[in-house]
Amino acid sequence: MQNEYDVVVIGGGPAGLAAAIKSKELGLKVLLIENREFIGGIPIQCVHPGFGLHYFREDLTGTEFIYRLIKKFEEMNIDHYTNAHVLEILPYSYRHRILKVVTEKGILNIKAKAVIYATGARERHMFEIGITGHRVAGIYTAGEAQTMMDIYGIMPGKEIVIVGSGDVGLIMARRFTLEGAHVKAVIELMPYPGGLTRNVVQCLEDFGIPLYLSHAVTRIEGRKRVEKVIITKVDENLKPIPGTEEELECDTVVLAVGLVPYLKVIEKAGVIIDPATKGPVVNSYLETTVPGIFVAGNALVINDLVDYVVEQGEEAAVGAYEFVKNEGLPAMKWKKLVKGRNIRLVVPHYVSEAKDVMIYARVAKPEENVRLRFPEIGKEMKLPFVKPSEMIRIKLRKKDIAKAGDKITMEVVPNE
Amino acid sequence: MSETKKFKLTCIICPLGCTIEVVMEGDKIISVTGCTCPRGEEYAVQEVTEPKRVVMSVVKVKGGMFPTVSVKTDKPVPKKLIPEIMKKLVDVEVEAPVHVGQVIIENILNTGANIVATRPA
Repeated sequence: MQNEYDVVVIGGGPAGLAAAIKSKELGLKVLLIENREFIGGIPIQCVHPGFGLHYFREDLTGTEFIYRLIKKFEEMNIDHYTNAHVLEILPYSYRHRILKVVTEKGILNIKAKAVIYATGARERHMFEIGITGHRVAGIYTAGEAQTMMDIYGIMPGKEIVIVGSGDVGLIMARRFTLEGAHVKAVIELMPYPGGLTRNVVQCLEDFGIPLYLSHAVTRIEGRKRVEKVIITKVDENLKPIPGTEEELECDTVVLAVGLVPYLKVIEKAGVIIDPATKGPVVNSYLETTVPGIFVAGNALVINDLVDYVVEQGEEAAVGAYEFVKNEGLPAMKWKKLVKGRNIRLVVPHYVSEAKDVMIYARVAKPEENVRLRFPEIGKEMKLPFVKPSEMIRIKLRKKDIAKAGDKITMEVVPNE
Repeated sequence: MSETKKFKLTCIICPLGCTIEVVMEGDKIISVTGCTCPRGEEYAVQEVTEPKRVVMSVVKVKGGMFPTVSVKTDKPVPKKLIPEIMKKLVDVEVEAPVHVGQVIIENILNTGANIVATRPA
């Protein structure tokens, strides 16, 4: 392996594998760096179905989905390091950057024209959601519990309380129950479940697992191991109501309270972060504000579906290809995507009429019978409902983008 | 005359999650309302007669990259058999190599469904 590449992909999950495969298909010299001992990322531990309906048009488990990508990656003989960690990305010239990488062979300096950052997300922990109490054994994030149970075959506990009713929390409730643990409750801060209705039905109702809405876990107690949690009702401002405390005995607390793009290395490289997505600000090639650094998958924005993650990986590869071919992305007129009524976040942040663009957005609050509108380009469509937990994915055509001036507003309005 | 029963279900076929109402007289289905597609109706009928689910788990593996290999039923199985299927899987141990789609247990509990591997080992 030489230490000079057209593109270095950081992260060997679905976004990174898709980016590496597409880069190689486009004729780029590509290296992929993964920090676990194996490539594949999070889907390796997702043994439940619901993956790939868009991308492969089949309902696959996470494991089946990712092994299709891994197989392709391996067949293409793409250079890669596992057990390797990128310390920093240093500027070298406008066209090159240097990656300092810790590998089993020592610290390497790798020169790359473009970088695709696909490191995924980290899980939010108890301290970020105001849980106090004892730091005892038996507190896991959903991902940790899933790694133990579904890769290493070790049960994390017997009497389990799950914090958070997003799809991750719901799916974990079902997995624990199937494997013989007793899920005592799923605790949700909001007055509605965070995940899809179908998951509430097939993961909780199927097994009679209670869901506490408008409740928070405020304290974890125990001596060596978790012994109980204190749960409290919350008011409409999500503040705990004194006097409503209840105790739930359990030996394990599983935190499924959301993901945050994992950006440590590119933050240091100086990319600008969008406070709404908590991911980098990007243009329609998924290039960050540091030229030559591209981003895809959950490092860009927290996605609902692995299919979208793969799509973004491929898009970032196209961006990197344009960057390498033209020694920098060609100058173009960027138009800002502006968040209008009931839009909480949208990526990419800037689009141009050079190509069709897939955009991904989330609403701020649930609404029924609405229209999604882009007033500047005269595009609109009816939607039966919108929810924060369901990403809106829609393609903007270049001929439509051309109609706009310097901005395109996206908004959700009631359907009158 | 047998008794009239009403069931209220949430459809799990797609993310829409329609609320479906099924009216039954004894074992006979009288009406299915509230669904917005034929797949929803099919689901509702199945759900009130014999609910089925795909089951997923992991089983032990010898000599593989990981200590377990993930498995699923290759088609939905009756919901009431799920605990028994899970118990059957506890003692299963396979030997590497295992490939995706490999049948681990054929026709589990006479359901017509096989337990298949979903991760290589």
